Amino acid sequence: MLEATDITVTFGRHRVLDRAAVTVSPGEVVGLAGPSGCGKSTLARVLALLLRPSGGRVVLDGQPVHRWRHRAPRRTAVGLIFQQPRLAVDPRFTLLDVITEPLRANRRPLTRAHELAEELGLTPELHSRRPHEVSDGQLQRACVARALALEPRYLICDEMTTMLDASTQAHLVARIEAYRERTGAGVLAVSHDIELLERWSGGNVRELAPTLPIKEAAPATGERSSA
Amino acid sequence: MKLRVEGLSVRFRLPGAVVHAVTDARFELREGHCLALVGESGCGKSVMAHALLGLLPANATVTGHAWLDSLDLVAAGERTLAREVRGRRIGLVPQSPAAHLTPVRTARAQLAEALRELGRPETPDELARRAGLRPGDLDRYPHQLSGGMAQRVANALALAGDPPLILADEPTTGLDRPLVEATMAELRRLCDEGRAVLLITHDLRAAEQIADDVAVMYASRIVELTEARTFFTAPRHPYAAGLLDALPTRAFTPVPGQPPELTRLPGGCAFQPRCPRATALCDEQPVLNGVACHHA
Repeated sequence: MLEATDITVTFGRHRVLDRAAVTVSPGEVVGLAGPSGCGKSTLARVLALLLRPSGGRVVLDGQPVHRWRHRAPRRTAVGLIFQQPRLAVDPRFTLLDVITEPLRANRRPLTRAHELAEELGLTPELHSRRPHEVSDGQLQRACVARALALEPRYLICDEMTTMLDASTQAHLVARIEAYRERTGAGVLAVSHDIELLERWSGGNVRELAPTLPIKEAAPATGERSSA
Repeated sequence: MKLRVEGLSVRFRLPGAVVHAVTDARFELREGHCLALVGESGCGKSVMAHALLGLLPANATVTGHAWLDSLDLVAAGERTLAREVRGRRIGLVPQSPAAHLTPVRTARAQLAEALRELGRPETPDELARRAGLRPGDLDRYPHQLSGGMAQRVANALALAGDPPLILADEPTTGLDRPLVEATMAELRRLCDEGRAVLLITHDLRAAEQIADDVAVMYASRIVELTEARTFFTAPRHPYAAGLLDALPTRAFTPVPGQPPELTRLPGGCAFQPRCPRATALCDEQPVLNGVACHHA
């Protein structure tokens, strides 16, 4: 179980999360909804062990997490897929490099990258392309393949399909569902799109309320803070 | 005001390849109407908007006609486009308004500049009020604006020259659902004031909210052009039906396969390799007559 309780995060004097909690069990899809700027992406980064919260606890399969980012010993147990694939890949990598990188870093067989590319519908002529030579949809397919490469026990999809058309969205969700059914991984789907979350999680949706009333005047709200 | 696009095609020359970005587009748009151009990313829909404004890079070749009343936007020179068309007869609502605004200047300074350059007598405050902003909001810098307010400032900029035609290029990218709905309501209001709106989007629900007509683009061509109500209830092109079936509120199943590369389009119907209804007939390019499909 991936369990976060009483998570508080502050940036400077700005409190973005105030005692937020969410739990994902193996094999389960949990939808996390809420308006722009309510701290969904911040909570996703805490759960992916990429951001140390100011307060609260994260427990991964029964063991409390004390170290974060590159120091987290079980970082690869949680996979994260970002909203904007262009900001999430090294522009010098080919699509195949993107998928291979986690395998190489963890000394796993690199041939797995080809299988993953095929599962995600990336045809061989796309393997040697760099990010600027492919569409957002194709790049996000590579990012999903990268997230699945180390077979994480939990997968966090942070607005994974917000920028994509309906068909690519349905395809990527179907790939993640196939992975979940095969491995029993837990999935946290973060989005402001309630209809998507209701469908994906079969109605298992939690609402993350804004910590502070979001005023129109407050700086750094809107799409920027959710990116 | 009437926009009549006739056989518009755009090609990009690359080393060793030609990108077929838009092929033989035909449609009409009148004042008070909203036409939504929908399709997957990379199908050529944004290129169409840039072609109408003459904003394509130097390696692009545009053929065909785009009549804005009696002016052909394709044949018009840069001087005409800069002095008479952009901002004055066509306003652009950009993708990502926050990135479109100059970060080091207040909203007021940017509106004032647009009004001055366009030779309009209005003040920024009056313009802001028309776009649903309070005059006090204009003293903020772009990073102090919320997503919704940045969108309204961008709308106000597009409206500065009182253009009869608005091009909205993916105006809702990255906005959450309430903001998408508010942005769409703004665009609809512009239509109801008597402007024409060309909405370019991959968000079918946003299109459903305000469009009178829908054009579906696939692999550089418009494959279906119909009334919005007909499109959302009984789409005729198999690709249009597939896109709608992919919505989470419907079947949530993707269209199988992937769109072809615009540098290597197959002969005949470009949707043929992914189409459940494909037959030998599809080796011939179908003609758009409401729908471009031999089987619809």
